[in-house]
Amino acid sequence: MSSHAHGHGAPGVATPPEERFLAHHFADMESQLQTSKLGLWLFLGSEVLFFGGLFVAYGVYRANHHALFQYAHHFLDWRMGALNTVVLVGSSVSAAWSVRCAQLGQRRGLRLSLLLTLLLAGMFLVVKYFEYSHKLHNGIAWGAACKPSAEILASLPPSLQALPVPKDLGTFFSIYYLMTGLHGIHVVVGMGLYVWLIARAGRGDFAPGYYVPVDAVALYWHLVDMIWIFLFPLLYLI
Amino acid sequence: MIEHTPSSAASPEHGTHVMPPSVLLGTAAALMALTVITVASSRVDLGEWNVVVALAIASTKAALVALFFMHLKYENRFQLVVLVSAALFAALFVAFVMFDTIQYQPDIRAAETQAVPRGS
Repeated sequence: MSSHAHGHGAPGVATPPEERFLAHHFADMESQLQTSKLGLWLFLGSEVLFFGGLFVAYGVYRANHHALFQYAHHFLDWRMGALNTVVLVGSSVSAAWSVRCAQLGQRRGLRLSLLLTLLLAGMFLVVKYFEYSHKLHNGIAWGAACKPSAEILASLPPSLQALPVPKDLGTFFSIYYLMTGLHGIHVVVGMGLYVWLIARAGRGDFAPGYYVPVDAVALYWHLVDMIWIFLFPLLYLI
Repeated sequence: MIEHTPSSAASPEHGTHVMPPSVLLGTAAALMALTVITVASSRVDLGEWNVVVALAIASTKAALVALFFMHLKYENRFQLVVLVSAALFAALFVAFVMFDTIQYQPDIRAAETQAVPRGS
């Protein structure tokens, strides 16, 4: 949807956003809002199915290699996963708050909540970076490249240290990196969208009559949170 | 920066639902509590039921996010139909592949361990 000014009167800050951002193929802001929402929900439905394929891969490998999954999840630090769960829930509250601020025309609250959402998203990736780098540094890679170092094996519970390292350990981590990686890409995209929203909010583009982008990005962000809600227990807790 | 008049702030477009702070914070508190419960439940050995409990808690959390953060509770029902049907088809996908793999994997294992010649 074009965000350029057109039609109704002279473009500029003085024109209310609900006039500047009404696309010419919509009768009014209400039909524009409802159409955008439906389009976005269809996109979110396709995202659920997109991740569905990876959940199938997880389910099949877990059902057939139960002992491997039990063993492998000890390489993941549940505290890091729990911290990121809290961070993402916090960012979701902040995203929902930004929609509320936009609906009420609270400019300052909108800018602050958008910024907070971006910061928490960044924090999620920082935690993820520490997790990934710790694993890769210790040879916990995907597929056949997964060769755990003596150091990380020594950090496992004593009962597991007695067991031989499963030869297909990398299979679990292929699934782990694919699922968390695809989720991480969604977080990066979300951060880009929040930078864009912050720039537009700073320009004063949003008002109670026009907040479609704030709402749409927040809905996307909540879906990213929702996927993590499933990834956390399935990968870290088992 | 031109701040708009409070009159436009007081009356958001009709058809929109502004979430009260109490609902947003209440939902967040419920999500945090469920995160603690899911971690605690994973410490108790329930065998195969651990994953069922974990998925039940995760589904509850996802429902809370959808209903309140994504304000589905207050939206046009069609939006709910889109999300629920996508989730149902994803569940159907997982369930049918699981039936299939559980059905055939023991045969594959048996064939592998006995090294049955092909075609027999």
